[in-house]
Amino acid sequence: MTDWLGLFPFLLFAFAFMALPAGTLLVGSFQDAGGRFTLLNIQHLFRPSILRSYLLTIEVSAVTAVAGGLFGFLLAYAVTVGGLPRALRNVLTTFSGVASNFAGVPLAFAFIATMGRVGLVTTLLKSLFGISLYDAGFNLYSFGGLSLTYLYFQIPLMVLVMLPALDGIRPEWREACDNLGASGSHYWRHVALPVLMPSLLSSVILLFGNAFGAYATAYALTGGFINLVPIQIGAQIRGDVLHDPNLGFALALGMVVIMILTILGYSALQGRATRWRR
Amino acid sequence: MAQVNRRATPWSWLWLALGALYFVVPLLATFIFSLRAEKGVLSFLAYTHVFRDPQFLRTFTFSVEMALATIIVGFALIIPTTLWVHLRVPRARALIEVIALLPFVVPPIVLVFGLIRVFSRPPFAIVSSPALLVAGYVVLSFPYIFRAVDTGLRSVDLRVLTEASQSLGAGWGTALFRVVLPSIRTAMLSAAFLTFAIVVGELTLAVMLAWPAFGPYMALVGRNLAYEPAALSILSFLLTWGFLLVIQLLSRRMRGPGVTVGGVH
Repeated sequence: MTDWLGLFPFLLFAFAFMALPAGTLLVGSFQDAGGRFTLLNIQHLFRPSILRSYLLTIEVSAVTAVAGGLFGFLLAYAVTVGGLPRALRNVLTTFSGVASNFAGVPLAFAFIATMGRVGLVTTLLKSLFGISLYDAGFNLYSFGGLSLTYLYFQIPLMVLVMLPALDGIRPEWREACDNLGASGSHYWRHVALPVLMPSLLSSVILLFGNAFGAYATAYALTGGFINLVPIQIGAQIRGDVLHDPNLGFALALGMVVIMILTILGYSALQGRATRWRR
Repeated sequence: MAQVNRRATPWSWLWLALGALYFVVPLLATFIFSLRAEKGVLSFLAYTHVFRDPQFLRTFTFSVEMALATIIVGFALIIPTTLWVHLRVPRARALIEVIALLPFVVPPIVLVFGLIRVFSRPPFAIVSSPALLVAGYVVLSFPYIFRAVDTGLRSVDLRVLTEASQSLGAGWGTALFRVVLPSIRTAMLSAAFLTFAIVVGELTLAVMLAWPAFGPYMALVGRNLAYEPAALSILSFLLTWGFLLVIQLLSRRMRGPGVTVGGVH
């Protein structure tokens, strides 16, 4: 019993600065302004305006998770099974480590300088080819631009988590398929994809969570003028923009619930993914 | 590797070329953009402006201090706990791991919301103290520090090390500081660098708790100026690159997977 006492400082700290704040939001979500129990805040989450911001956040996260997942997989594939020189793999790994940490304000600045209204690529495309991105409907400060920016940290994350899984693919499997007369598509459909599928899915879920909680990048890019849930919560902290503090707590609770579902899905699939790694 | 006889397909080159395009163009464009502060010529004027701004040094120093405090408190909290778990209560490992990884499901914006809620009124009205900011950063760094220390401890035979040092007459303190900690030095260093990289540019907690940190400073510059943000972006990229290179060099010396996947976006 005394052994458990040694864990006390850590548990106390975690309680005070993590469990207590999260618990307060949880309790507040089920209270009205007078502190009485109510389910009204949860009901209000389904108001069209709030539902829209959840949907937009989910959409941005899902689109960047799937697109980033697909492209990150192809990159990781190219430097492993795809047979590119070993040196390129090292470059890609190092760069991915940097890029997955290069986020928030500086990342937003980079994309503004590149594809903002007076960004270098925007003006170059116009003066060289007469293509006007913004007349064509592109806008860095809305859905498309935000997704393009998020991919800059999503793709590298996918590369980093997929490399170990791809290392588990044995060339012998391909050779065995070839010897048995299977075609390339047979090999992919019946061998490689079934083995990789749990890793692929769990990584995409990880990417989803990675984008879902992001605040800094979206804030710096759009100046807070995009209807994402984190941005809404930020506005609520600065002032009661929802005109209902308890609704703000419910908004935060909704995020945590979605994150918990995400992580549960991730770890369930991760358990199956490691089965093939020896 | 057994992939020697498989030649690279054109597809592999295509994916890599597309990736290079997507990743290099923004960096290159931002760099060129940052050189354009002076009309008609390319110059480092924007960088001069950045370094001359007293706010730059002030906010950067503040964030460095917060990062160091976070590392000290985080280490003091997590290293003894993890050691204790490994030596005395292995049964508690799963519990501690879950708690240490919990910050992944509580986004920073939600965490700071709760922190403000709890600590802005009595009995714990510490919302205006930097201690709360550091506490929040320590929570954010839990997963990274825990994973690094846990991996480090698992790669050494802790029980043998401590028992050997004690049978040679060392007390607990000596065993800890002269034997155990040096054996997980590289793990600790890489956790420290990762925490540092995360805290120095962090925006969400700092801006919500109203601290003049480096993240909010950069956001402010971005709202008011054109070329200086691009210069700050390049500087941040180089800084991140530097940190990650150190971490990778360290984890190459360490058994087990390196901890480079991180970031608070």
